[in-house]
Amino acid sequence: MTVSNASVTPLAGRAAPDRRTSASRPGTRTKTSEDSLRSRDKSGYLFVAPFAVATGLFLVVPTIYGLWMSFTNQSLTGTGSEFIGFANYAEAFSDPQVWQTLGNTVWFTILSTIPLVLVALVMAVLVHTGLPGQWVWRMSFFAPYLLTSAVVWHLSNWMFQPDIGLLDTWIKGLGLQPLGWLTDENVAMFSIAGVTVWWTVGFNFLLYLAALQGIPAQQYEAATIDGAGGWRRLFSITLPQLRPITGVILVLQLLASLKVFDQIYLLTMGGPNGSTRPILEYIYDTGFTNYRLGYASAISYVFFALILVFTLVRLLPTKKEA
Amino acid sequence: MALADLTDVRRTKALQDRAENKALTKLTLGPSPWARAGALAALVVLAGIWLVPIVWGAVTSFKHEAEAALPASLLPTMGWTLEAYEKVLGNSDLLLWMWNNLVVAVLVTSLTVLISAMAAFAFSQTLFKGRGLMQWLTLASIMMPGQILIVPLFKQMQVMGLVDTFAGIVLPQIVAPVMVFILKRFFDAIPQELLDAARIDGAGSWRLFWTIVVPLSKSILVAVAIFVFIGAWNNFLWPFIITTDPQFMTLPVGLSTVKDAYGVQYAQNMASAMIAALPLLILFMLFQRRIVQGVATTGMGGQ
Repeated sequence: MTVSNASVTPLAGRAAPDRRTSASRPGTRTKTSEDSLRSRDKSGYLFVAPFAVATGLFLVVPTIYGLWMSFTNQSLTGTGSEFIGFANYAEAFSDPQVWQTLGNTVWFTILSTIPLVLVALVMAVLVHTGLPGQWVWRMSFFAPYLLTSAVVWHLSNWMFQPDIGLLDTWIKGLGLQPLGWLTDENVAMFSIAGVTVWWTVGFNFLLYLAALQGIPAQQYEAATIDGAGGWRRLFSITLPQLRPITGVILVLQLLASLKVFDQIYLLTMGGPNGSTRPILEYIYDTGFTNYRLGYASAISYVFFALILVFTLVRLLPTKKEA
Repeated sequence: MALADLTDVRRTKALQDRAENKALTKLTLGPSPWARAGALAALVVLAGIWLVPIVWGAVTSFKHEAEAALPASLLPTMGWTLEAYEKVLGNSDLLLWMWNNLVVAVLVTSLTVLISAMAAFAFSQTLFKGRGLMQWLTLASIMMPGQILIVPLFKQMQVMGLVDTFAGIVLPQIVAPVMVFILKRFFDAIPQELLDAARIDGAGSWRLFWTIVVPLSKSILVAVAIFVFIGAWNNFLWPFIITTDPQFMTLPVGLSTVKDAYGVQYAQNMASAMIAALPLLILFMLFQRRIVQGVATTGMGGQ
């Protein structure tokens, strides 16, 4: 497949780490006369039907159903589904639990996103030096991403065990006072953010690595001729070239961090004293422990409004591409 | 291809890689041996930190339970044992959960790839009334995070009688509008002359899809499949909500209930974690290049 590079946006070009996938670049084909021979039979409907039905049933219906539920006092046990107007939303905005869990979610997002971008960047730049052991580095940094949250929970819970865990053992070995990793209100969120960085940084690492492979060698060659050293090359070529992808990774990471649930639910159940409980866990508790589906739906939509802001930011650069 | 050829190809590729990596080192770090030593040291430290939890978990899983409850020593002092593995495999539903997980992940992956590719083909290569509107709706649905829908979706599944069924676990996971756009973008780049020629020869859309589009798009289809499979294999939240019966639990959900069952038996906990972690880790070791590429291409959401 020959595809000209002319109309490829820098972002899209770098997203494709391999020549074989280069055809996924957008807008590279000039569309002639809305494609004279495109099948005009009804087959388009048949091809789109399975996806459309699935989307309708499992995305559109629950979206509308949830919105409707948020205006009712529906419960999981099936009793009551009267229309109560904005009462759920009014309650949500004056519910200190909503604000606390929303605050926890944002705090976790800040604590996790910054290292998740920076550490990934450092890892990718180091691996991209082509030093021996490529297979080992990739394996080490990416392997945790392949673990399911329950495995991550078992491993980190074991690391954090008071007295017999590895962290306490090492800290005592250094003659320091061990921390209440998951039991101290001031520490628990940091512990969880740390686990999250360890667990998921490999994904951002791969995105950065793919972007690095897209930097043309000529730029480095030119720098070599100009006598630029390793640091100079890093700051004048590598990092500036990574600016667009950093924006994308940042937004993807913010969206992912806001939706945190698994590791917190498993490690601390939102404790100690609610200090780590994210909004998603509050929604879960409200709906499935307290059976208040209507109220849980209303909180979901408040949370959705927050996420939507970040999603729109993410979609903006895509629009420019088209 | 004969096995001998395959190893030959691998060897050539490895030599090529080594040469490329050497050139890369020269380009990025320059000739300074200090720069190389520094970068290498940083890599070793980082990789060490990242491997410690997994290695320590693995070592613990081979300890006697009595020793696992003592302050941590990196290596077992009372000798290695398979005790924890025997107990875990004998007493728990671990293998059942793993089987369930495989069934669910395979179903999610194949259905997602199939319906997404078909929809992408419809958007890319056919004309039908309402195509623009449907594409716009698909794009809009990317913005709807599934986590927001857990409450209404659960209620809906209750009404549909799909709680504690594989269908209930699988079906909500196969809606992946992002994948449709990733694939559409790829299909858009297939040379139109190829498709036109086939159409002139009388090929219908169905044949066009299977004999031209799918074979030409193998690399992106595999990339999407890898990405979806990892996500489905590890998915916790939805299977956790929709299953209460241990018979239908997937591995992540079943494993999250394990602590209560064993009390504080760390060697056994670690053994379960290792067994659960192994399948994807082995796949990654075997197909690192493919998986890295698949995750990187798809992970950007086609941007």
